[in-house]
Amino acid sequence: MSFKTFKGGVHPGHFKSATEKKPVVPAKPPTVAIIPMSQHIGAPCEPLVAVGDEVKVGQKVGDSKGFVSAPVHSSVSGKVVKIDMCNHPLGRPVQAVFIENDFQDTWHEDVKPNDDWKNLGVDDLKKIIREAGIVGMGGATFPTHVKVSPPPDQKIDYVLINAAECEPYLTSDHRAMLERPEDVVIGLQTVMKVVNAPKGYIGIEDNKPDAVEAMKKAAEGIDNIEVHALHTKYPQGAEKQLISVFTGREVPSGGLPSMVGCVVQNVGTCIAISEAIRLGKPLIERNVTITGSGINEPKNMLVRVGTPMEEVIEQCGGFKPNIRKMILGGPMMGLAQSGPENQPVIKGTSGILCLTDAEVTLDEIRPCIKCAKCVEVCPVSIMPLFIGGSVEHGMYDKAEAFNAMDCIECGCCTYICPAKRPLVQWIRMAKGDIAAKRRK
Amino acid sequence: MERKLIVTSSPHIKTPESVQSVMIDVLVALFPAALAGVIFFGWPALLTMVLCTVSAMVAEALVLREKNIFGDGSAAVTGLLLAMVLPPAVPWWISVLGGAIAIIIGKQVFGGIGNNIFNPALVARAILLASWAGHLTYWVRPVDLTTAATPLELGADAFSFTNLFVGAIPGSLGETSAFALILGAAWLFYKGHIDWRIPGGYIGTVFVMGLLFEGFGSPMAMVSAGLFHVLAGGVLLGALFMATDMVTSPVTARGRLIFGIGCGVMTMLVRLYGAFPEGVTFAILLMNALTPLIDNLTLPTKYGEVAK
Repeated sequence: MSFKTFKGGVHPGHFKSATEKKPVVPAKPPTVAIIPMSQHIGAPCEPLVAVGDEVKVGQKVGDSKGFVSAPVHSSVSGKVVKIDMCNHPLGRPVQAVFIENDFQDTWHEDVKPNDDWKNLGVDDLKKIIREAGIVGMGGATFPTHVKVSPPPDQKIDYVLINAAECEPYLTSDHRAMLERPEDVVIGLQTVMKVVNAPKGYIGIEDNKPDAVEAMKKAAEGIDNIEVHALHTKYPQGAEKQLISVFTGREVPSGGLPSMVGCVVQNVGTCIAISEAIRLGKPLIERNVTITGSGINEPKNMLVRVGTPMEEVIEQCGGFKPNIRKMILGGPMMGLAQSGPENQPVIKGTSGILCLTDAEVTLDEIRPCIKCAKCVEVCPVSIMPLFIGGSVEHGMYDKAEAFNAMDCIECGCCTYICPAKRPLVQWIRMAKGDIAAKRRK
Repeated sequence: MERKLIVTSSPHIKTPESVQSVMIDVLVALFPAALAGVIFFGWPALLTMVLCTVSAMVAEALVLREKNIFGDGSAAVTGLLLAMVLPPAVPWWISVLGGAIAIIIGKQVFGGIGNNIFNPALVARAILLASWAGHLTYWVRPVDLTTAATPLELGADAFSFTNLFVGAIPGSLGETSAFALILGAAWLFYKGHIDWRIPGGYIGTVFVMGLLFEGFGSPMAMVSAGLFHVLAGGVLLGALFMATDMVTSPVTARGRLIFGIGCGVMTMLVRLYGAFPEGVTFAILLMNALTPLIDNLTLPTKYGEVAK
């Protein structure tokens, strides 16, 4: 079976060789775990503990009544020493519970394996997913229980697993598939059960043949799950593009995947779901790729949520002196940070990418030469050059008319532009302005 | 340790391609045709190319008050393209004037690179043609450089197809060798700077119209009439290097095809019914004027737009 590919996209280098062959190693637990109250898209949590409280591993320390939200748990056992602000990848400080590790790793009583996990009902599964604080671990951190609760009138035909890992440099999903393929399959089956989907697909870029192999083996004998190698092309893992590739369906403008009968999940999310239903374990750790030529020893690590970035970086031999940029996530969509200080690894931290002077260029923005390369690579067929030009002149209405709101912010346009125009950045500005105007 | 981290918006890696590298690719692509010009028309052709290019680069540097006269390379491309569409033995002062006109009137008065509506080299050629028609239509035979008429003036039987293909015919400096032009354009295709739509639409239309309007008789005669119109005159140079000018051609895929077809139709209308034997310059300039309109009418359907 061959799949048609999606329109557009770019082919940046892979840069994965530094870590793709390195098994995931557990990172040292933090001395003081910093658990932010907001590690997801949606309403932030309120702390459930107070300074001085003793907490255990897997204990819920923050929750919210909002539907689009996910509780947070302690990743260590110890004492709450502080409730204060910490840094967040999005650039605005958030409230966090600081827990001093007693290094006893005493697990909370609620965390217990469920021998009967195969017979859990849909409502129970949804409840477990929510209570485990599971969010989309590809980086977008959308609460998973919301994703698996589409409106009753929308029938789900497919659950798609985004195992593309199309971002250059990142290898944490790749390693997860090699090392824990069964968990990925269990996670997928669970989601299929919850949304009552007859078919599941796992899509992996063809630059990871070993992962394709491992997943095929794990899914052997399960006739409603198929594993497929996809073209290595960025943004192969984008939700809408993955849906196009597998089903030929297009998510309506402004709509959600469930409207075309699809639910998309990430590899890491599947593993978290599997652990939650089998072991009763909430989402308290994740795979992180620490890489780039600005770090001394690139690694794939299993890092507890709340581990200060500095401690993670230290375990990778520290920064090289010529580091110039620290990015959370991949180089195409990741967020550059002013530094690792006072900032923990959170549920959405897929990678810590350290780039050096030589790789970081500040290009002069030149006039558009209308080469149309941005139009060719745009996976959603909008006109980045016209939107960029409109924003440059403050004409946000025009930007809206050129479909700025449909941008998925993959960054292909900016990547490809020979005039080095920050197109996706301009489009984000337009989106912000248009959204603000619509709210009025 | 003192660290200075930069915080900028994603993406954090970019293509190594730049405006300058694109322009250098175009210069490389023009090299075979330039070489063919020198082989067929000798030193006068080389002088014309050097003067046009240097004049364009100097004019651009003066207007932009830049010290580096190569700049982003776009002025060199404009200058060389202008030389390509001039008669090989044109007086030196026409070359110098032409290069300056191309940059100042064709490009900078519109706001510089990216903002010009018309292909600057063709603007200069049109102005020169209107002002010094005699100098601009003084054609010479290859090698011996004696006065001659072009294939379009003489008709289809005057030259063999081999000579038309290789370029051993009278005509503008860089337009005569189909082989050299195709070779250069292949480089631009390979580098992804042009796609098939504009050249395909343009050349295809010229071929079909030539075949339909002048190819009476046998199928063979029809094909050779079509082929003649493609190989004679400036169609290949126009279709591969002038109409494909990024700045002045549409950015949408469908728009580029329409643009190419429009250029072909206009070229043939001038050739068949106009006062000049050749219509490439005016066809492209006219279609340049329509580019914004074509773009607006051919915006692609965005992803997720529900088909009604």
